[in-house]
Amino acid sequence: MTPLLQVRGIEKRYGARIGCADVDFDLYPGEVMGIVGESGSGKSTLLNCLAGHLKPDAGQVIFDTRADGPVDTVTMSEPARRMLGRTDWAFVHQHARDGLRMNVSAGGNIGERLMAVGARHYGDIRARAVDWLDRVEIAENRVDDRPSAFSGGMQQRLQIARNLVTEPRLVFMDEPTGGLDVSVQARLLDLLRGLVRQMGLSALIVTHDLAVVRLLADRLMVMKDGHVVESGLTDQVLDDPQHAYTQLLVSSVLQV
Amino acid sequence: MSISGEKKSAMIDLSGVAKSFVLHNQGGAVIPVMAGAGLRVAPGECVALTGASGAGKSTLMRMIYGNYRANAGRILVGGTDVARAEPRDIIALRREVLGYVSQFLRVVPRVPTLDVVAEPLLALGVDEEKARVRAAELLARLNIPERLWSLSPTTFSGGEQQRVNIARGFAHDYPALLLDEPTASLDPVNRAVVLELIEAAKARGAAIVGIFHDDAARARVCDREADVSAFTPQAAA
Repeated sequence: MTPLLQVRGIEKRYGARIGCADVDFDLYPGEVMGIVGESGSGKSTLLNCLAGHLKPDAGQVIFDTRADGPVDTVTMSEPARRMLGRTDWAFVHQHARDGLRMNVSAGGNIGERLMAVGARHYGDIRARAVDWLDRVEIAENRVDDRPSAFSGGMQQRLQIARNLVTEPRLVFMDEPTGGLDVSVQARLLDLLRGLVRQMGLSALIVTHDLAVVRLLADRLMVMKDGHVVESGLTDQVLDDPQHAYTQLLVSSVLQV
Repeated sequence: MSISGEKKSAMIDLSGVAKSFVLHNQGGAVIPVMAGAGLRVAPGECVALTGASGAGKSTLMRMIYGNYRANAGRILVGGTDVARAEPRDIIALRREVLGYVSQFLRVVPRVPTLDVVAEPLLALGVDEEKARVRAAELLARLNIPERLWSLSPTTFSGGEQQRVNIARGFAHDYPALLLDEPTASLDPVNRAVVLELIEAAKARGAAIVGIFHDDAARARVCDREADVSAFTPQAAA
């Protein structure tokens, strides 16, 4: 099986300071990988380099495109990368307002992404928007409301609907449950798990919450000072951590 | 390595397995807990791990499941060496071949019990309706009242959670099963149901490794015992 994503030697510096360095991994179709570490560990820098939001100083991010097979997305043209960002890739921001257009209706937020890939028939677009609102448990009668009238949990679910409506194959998530109430987090986790299974999605999830990765991720990568210090099966890394930093991280939480 | 018929017939096959913990945050203390561990379990066979508390029964079981890393040796389950396999191969093994009933129920809060039990089948691509029917069958058999099926098991009593865990572990007919005290905290009626489930799994050819503190249960379902104290490393002088 060809990996969906092959990451080789990714490095990003901010002047003399290392954002992240020497990051290598393969992600296969259907796999969910968590990236954990404390703030400043480089996990968000890495995610942004992988998703094309930041240009890495070195390394390759090879994505298995539908049309042309594996292509290095770091060196591909900007329009091609943007197209990937609208089709096969999706990015779920920690703050829903960074991923939504707050002055456009919920239906419009979902429809916009469909229109960006060529959908034109109003009835179809609205029907798909309503279908996706239902899948993320937002009532149909909210389709014309703006996200600013939604709760935080609803905004996050809307952001997920907007991202997944084009049926991407790879989803980047930056602290998707951060800033939400615990009960709202649980519902979102269940939703994400179901969608990952039903759609066969691959996902990269950056979080500092070990309980979230325990429930959501198959594999785990632990970062410290811009470097990956440990990686492996999620329960193996959490139950039998090998690196000093991971041992500290795991022993510092109440229960995971 | 020999490839005799006997060698090929074991579903679970461990040899030379060693494990030590390195506690980096406690002065780098190295604690050897196991050395030279071996175990072979054929299809249809149930082997009990025995030994005093702390002898390493759970450690050995976790190494077979892959959530503890082995430092040496081979841990073959259905031909996959868990000690060396890539995460994605272990994930596939756990989905299709290797089931595990632990003592702890770990679930996403607020997910209904019926869905928790059906999940291993859904992960295998079984049709939702079929998966729920099977889940309902197991929950009924384990005497979880139907009015609880739509609720999350996180609020259930210890014994109820244990039964949900068992239902989940038996939803798919895994060819290899790990059971960590499956009858602990169960009343006699449910204990009997669990022992029947184990016997049925053996009858269909599952290879089972179990930890049973319940002597009578062990005597009834296990074909033999493996004392893990034999794998305790020699204490350093």
